[in-house]
Amino acid sequence: MTQISQPDQQFIKVSIWRGAGDKGGYETFDVPDQESQTILDLVSYIQQYIDPSLTYRFACRVGMCGSCAMMVNGVPRWTCRTHVKKITDKAGSLTIAPLRNLPVIKDLVVDMDVFFDKWVRAEAVHHPTRSIEQGVQPVSEDTAERQAANAAIECINCAVCYAACDVVASNPEYLGPAALNRAWSLVNDVRDGGREAILEAVSGTGGCHNCHSQQSCQKYCPNELNPTASIAGLKRETSKFALRNLLNPANKHNQGEPA
Amino acid sequence: MKVSGHQRHGLWFAYISHRLSGLLLALFLPLHFWVLSLALNDRAALDGFLSWTDLWYVKVAEYGLVFLLSLHFFGGLRLMALEWLPWSARQKTYAATALAAGFAVSTSFFLSATFYG
Amino acid sequence: MINARLYIMQRLTALIMAPLVIGHIGVMIYAVQNGLSAEEILGRTQGSYFWAIFYGTFALAVAIHAAIGLRAILHEWVRLDGMVLNLVCWAIAAGLAGLGLQAVYSVTG
Repeated sequence: MTQISQPDQQFIKVSIWRGAGDKGGYETFDVPDQESQTILDLVSYIQQYIDPSLTYRFACRVGMCGSCAMMVNGVPRWTCRTHVKKITDKAGSLTIAPLRNLPVIKDLVVDMDVFFDKWVRAEAVHHPTRSIEQGVQPVSEDTAERQAANAAIECINCAVCYAACDVVASNPEYLGPAALNRAWSLVNDVRDGGREAILEAVSGTGGCHNCHSQQSCQKYCPNELNPTASIAGLKRETSKFALRNLLNPANKHNQGEPA
Repeated sequence: MKVSGHQRHGLWFAYISHRLSGLLLALFLPLHFWVLSLALNDRAALDGFLSWTDLWYVKVAEYGLVFLLSLHFFGGLRLMALEWLPWSARQKTYAATALAAGFAVSTSFFLSATFYG
Repeated sequence: MINARLYIMQRLTALIMAPLVIGHIGVMIYAVQNGLSAEEILGRTQGSYFWAIFYGTFALAVAIHAAIGLRAILHEWVRLDGMVLNLVCWAIAAGLAGLGLQAVYSVTG
């Protein structure tokens, strides 16, 4: 990217949220309009040529790493793969803010700790079933479970779904679409031994049952995953699990024992 | 309440219609139950309330209530199908169908109340 | 705020009410054709075990269903939590069940 200052240069007005924590406001910059510009290009231009103190986060620039998500005109997006031309409203203005539902560290950088803590709280972590001596477990691609796991697996942890979700905004305990989507792919993974621990973890007060199927998560997921469908799957499995425990309480604390 | 950018899509509106219709129905229920309870001790008062239903604006309000009930009913069926049946990609179609069905059912009630009543 | 148990109750009461709502709306469309009066309504319902069970079930199911629905709204929009939220929701369920059963008794008893 080069700094351009030709006489007929068009400019885009970009309002960017500046500040830390709850305090701050929007600051407007004029950025040269260039061909095939992404939102991340605009932010980088401002940081490199106008105000070096602007703070933002990015790494790969090709939609792999999930670190550059921001609110663009009120909608969460992966900024490195979002073209300016596709976003600007009729007035040609752009507003860029830090991701919703997460505490702001500075400017466009949010603290992702809560987001990842909730993955752990949802037991969305691998529960190994084999030691290294036992070798790799074969995985059949044909089963319905494997297909459900595969459908949920390409998450890049960008937190776009977490920012899009109104339940997260109004219920701070709610585990959120990304953690629950991961939990669902593990429930369906034959290599994971934590099925019951996961089902219990997503059945509490912040669990999957709080989802109201607004489906903003699946609408805005840049990888076109469908956390709503994953959460629906968890609602079914946790209900069956809870009803089984209700009918046969002796089963409840036997989990993890060899069959 | 301001609708912000990320909420501007059909399925979010389906969510908010389900929530608001449920909320209004829950607020209406105590009044509904109380009026019916008058049948036991004060039948004249019950008839007094029921005669209001001849007023055109009360008929419109009833139309509204039946619309809320049928919208919540079809919207609820949509949600249970979404959760318990295999996933379908036609979520927006189902939400629109629920709205249309709620409108059709409540309109039949309104026509029935207006042209026969 | 909604755990697995409350979710199951919410969906179960919804399933119970689904045919009852169809019946209720059907009766309304039919009954309203001749204008509403206490005599017309009570002539249909009084002394009827069918309508007592129909509307008794409906009243109990809606009390539970509405209390759980309002629980989510009270937590998300009014920020009620913990014991206060539990007490308010139990009060809503008990209040609606009480008023509902009283109404059913009044028109079918």
